[in-house]
Amino acid sequence: MPEPVALKLTTKDFKSDQEVRWCPGCGDYAILAAVQSFMPELQIPRERIVFVSGIGCSSRFPYYMNTYGMHSIHGRAPAIATGLSVSRPDLSVWVVTGDGDALSIGGNHLIHALRRNVNLKILLFNNRIYGLTKGQYSPTSEVGKVTKSTPVGSADAPFNPLSLALGAEATFVGRTIDSDRKHLQSVLRAAAEHEGSAFVEIYQNCNIFNDGAFDELKEPATRDDYLIRLEHGRPITFGADGQFCVVHPPGGFGLEVRETASVPADEIVVHDATVTEPAYAFALSRLPGFDLRNTPIGIFRDVRRPSYDSVVQEQGATARAKSTGTPEEQLAGLLSSGDTWTIL
Amino acid sequence: MSKQVQQLDRVVIRFAGDSGDGMQLTGDRFTSETAQLGNDISTLPNFPAEIRAPAGTLPGVSSFQVHFADYDILTPGDAPNVLVAMNPAALKANLADLPRGADIIVNTDEFTRRNLAKVGYQASPLDDGSLDGYVLHPVALTSMTVGALAEHDVSKKDAERAKNMFALGLLSWMYSRPYESTIRFLERKFAARPELVAANTAAFKAGWNFGETTEDFAVRYEVKPAKMNPGTYRNITGNAALSLGLVAAGVRSGLPVFLGAYPITPASDILHELSKHKRFGVTTMQAEDEIAAIGAALGASYGGALGVTTTSGPGVALKGETISLAVALELPLVIVDVQRAGPSTGMPTKTEQADLNMALFGRHGEAPVAVIAPRSPSDCFFAALEAARIALTHRTPVILLSDNYVANGSEPWLLPDVDSLPDLRVEFATTPNGEDGKTFLPYLRDPATLARPWAIPGTPGLEHRIGGLEKADKTGDISYDPANHDFMVRTRAARIEAIEVPDVEVEDPDSDARVLVLGWGSTYGPIGAACRGLRQRGLPVAQAHLRHLAPLPGNLGEVLGRYERVVIPEMNLGQLAHVIRARYLVDAIPYNQVRGLPFTATELETMLEEVVKNA
Repeated sequence: MPEPVALKLTTKDFKSDQEVRWCPGCGDYAILAAVQSFMPELQIPRERIVFVSGIGCSSRFPYYMNTYGMHSIHGRAPAIATGLSVSRPDLSVWVVTGDGDALSIGGNHLIHALRRNVNLKILLFNNRIYGLTKGQYSPTSEVGKVTKSTPVGSADAPFNPLSLALGAEATFVGRTIDSDRKHLQSVLRAAAEHEGSAFVEIYQNCNIFNDGAFDELKEPATRDDYLIRLEHGRPITFGADGQFCVVHPPGGFGLEVRETASVPADEIVVHDATVTEPAYAFALSRLPGFDLRNTPIGIFRDVRRPSYDSVVQEQGATARAKSTGTPEEQLAGLLSSGDTWTIL
Repeated sequence: MSKQVQQLDRVVIRFAGDSGDGMQLTGDRFTSETAQLGNDISTLPNFPAEIRAPAGTLPGVSSFQVHFADYDILTPGDAPNVLVAMNPAALKANLADLPRGADIIVNTDEFTRRNLAKVGYQASPLDDGSLDGYVLHPVALTSMTVGALAEHDVSKKDAERAKNMFALGLLSWMYSRPYESTIRFLERKFAARPELVAANTAAFKAGWNFGETTEDFAVRYEVKPAKMNPGTYRNITGNAALSLGLVAAGVRSGLPVFLGAYPITPASDILHELSKHKRFGVTTMQAEDEIAAIGAALGASYGGALGVTTTSGPGVALKGETISLAVALELPLVIVDVQRAGPSTGMPTKTEQADLNMALFGRHGEAPVAVIAPRSPSDCFFAALEAARIALTHRTPVILLSDNYVANGSEPWLLPDVDSLPDLRVEFATTPNGEDGKTFLPYLRDPATLARPWAIPGTPGLEHRIGGLEKADKTGDISYDPANHDFMVRTRAARIEAIEVPDVEVEDPDSDARVLVLGWGSTYGPIGAACRGLRQRGLPVAQAHLRHLAPLPGNLGEVLGRYERVVIPEMNLGQLAHVIRARYLVDAIPYNQVRGLPFTATELETMLEEVVKNA
């Protein structure tokens, strides 16, 4: 990761000259604005920031960022970004992807980037639908989803993106919502500071093909009772009046939601994102159902493990430290190594 | 007892045994001893894809053929003069390749009723007269090895396993090979277990002494050193040479080399080799799949490294979409395809040249790339440098078509002077190139090469976005404009055609040939040997061999036009012939074989003789 330096950059500096062409009302606009206004905080020169994307609505993102950027091919952004990040530790590399791009065609690259702990910040815009191909169900759509490709309802169970990332040993896992700029930026901030892979799921509304998918989390009438705002070191309570809480029932495997009034205060789980064992964060990721009740947002997990990049760099540095002579001299030595013979 | 010594100009020996008998190692050691002596050499390993097929069966037979001579040779030899058969399966699998009169050394200990039955022998071929046309040397290799190691502190199993060293000792005596390098090799290989150094050395010497004393071997042979150009040599396989070529490309360009690879036969050895050379700024990444391997390589190229991915045919099929992206992004990328027999999994350890069509045409849309092919194991070094040169200078993917024959075969290599290698330095873009002095136009081209600037992340003021969507000329902005697309498609084709490649050279010593044999890639050796054979018999024939398959050399059309007949031998069903016919309207005669093995010089000579006589 590049070291921060004092820079006087503004939101405007991160807007490219390209006209933004998402559908009017798309949640992507809010995310773009949040990212652009967050970027100056990084204190990293624009030329050292790279956005790499795959294919899909969200993957147009790099065109609108006045940084370096690559709009690549479907599902492969984590692989391409891995090669870039490993060979250029001086860069801050961000991957922008969607639920189809990251979890369907690119599932393999996502899990392997996470298990390697490549120094990538991966933003997954999850709208639970295929937008660019005009409305087929996605690997995060609920069972029974009626779409153009599933007229009598989809038959396959969806992925829970956070459970998947945690199963792949991700060292940083968070979730946020397109419409809550403050929260979104707080998660981006923590992701940017994390050494290694940071996986951030952003609930994003597709107002054309899956409008209102996350309304309960946004409407003032419901959001407080539905959302669990995770804060490190704080007991997990939620609801308009803090009437709900999260407990770990003795003998059980996971976490459950109870009424705060019915639980002794010391039995309420205190959130700790640094727990090494991923089972805790996994249990958090299992709390919500498809009705969106009990949806945690914030940072589920933030643990330290050497990044793939740093290990690779170290191996290279160790090998170079042991060698002497100019590269040409070393090459001549390499070519003539092994059994040789000379003809006069 | 001193034995008769006979001078030979060339010998072909094939070591054959079970996959677990150590035949590749034995052949490799014999080759190394032979190299020390200064003979010219060419080798052909041939092994099954199964790591350990059931012992004693035909599918489990592994062999290593070495051809050595006192003159320069081009192939590993058509027919062995000597077969070392470690068991009945090895005899049965290889007998058909032996000419009458060849020496056969068999390990009689393995010719048990059970082992004979495994491969369908009703009676032992050692006793039933079926080998009367050969010079049979029955040797109890296993029991003599175990006997020789009776006093050694090794298990019976380890003693039996040393039988390949007994065989190597015997052959080294027969052909008067120096053995010091093998003793040194054993000391290195078993450094942690001195008892095995002692046992294997003793087995080797027992084999040597057996040759010296037994009356079964009446003659000892010598092959004088070949007249080779002065200099320092080493024996090298194609995969090793290719790896060193990539390291050299990094040194000569001053760029880090990034290899993304997924293990696949027969290309994995390049990954293994390059992973040892981190001190040269080489990074190797074993990716999760073929697609990630090339993706990571392309990402590294975007960041200013020489991105490389190595694979075989099935992997290239998977990489197609990313190659196409690299065509659109116009970034350097080297894709190495060590071809093997297809389709599908095919025969992973057998050779073929059937990926030419895929290399030239195997992508969606109009997606031209440069394609080159090495002609011999040591040539893989220079082919890798040439691939890097084209990729870096012209900012394009380059497919390098090696194959299993050159990848695993070996030959002596006259080590080049590092300073004589091509200068591959490139310049990254550092300043805006727009007329206003402020804007950066990522697709503004160099007028000569048509290459676009390579502006790597980290360069202030040149921030820009690239991608797979069609781009407007110069600005690189997304464009659906019909005229622009037509222009860009034609420009990408012109970019490849603009690559400077050397003229193809024709070998036609007396300039009297009416028939030209045109080849590409690994068929150079067999075609060259066949042409020599014809010329020695007074039949004129010309040979031209293509290194560059896209773009083709500028003089190729003129060369083809000079000959009445053009013959194109290929280890596929006529893929180059198809291109030549379509492009030059030449009625080329294809000659094709897809047996998983290289052509023999003899069969090519027989075929060409017909053409030459009728021309």
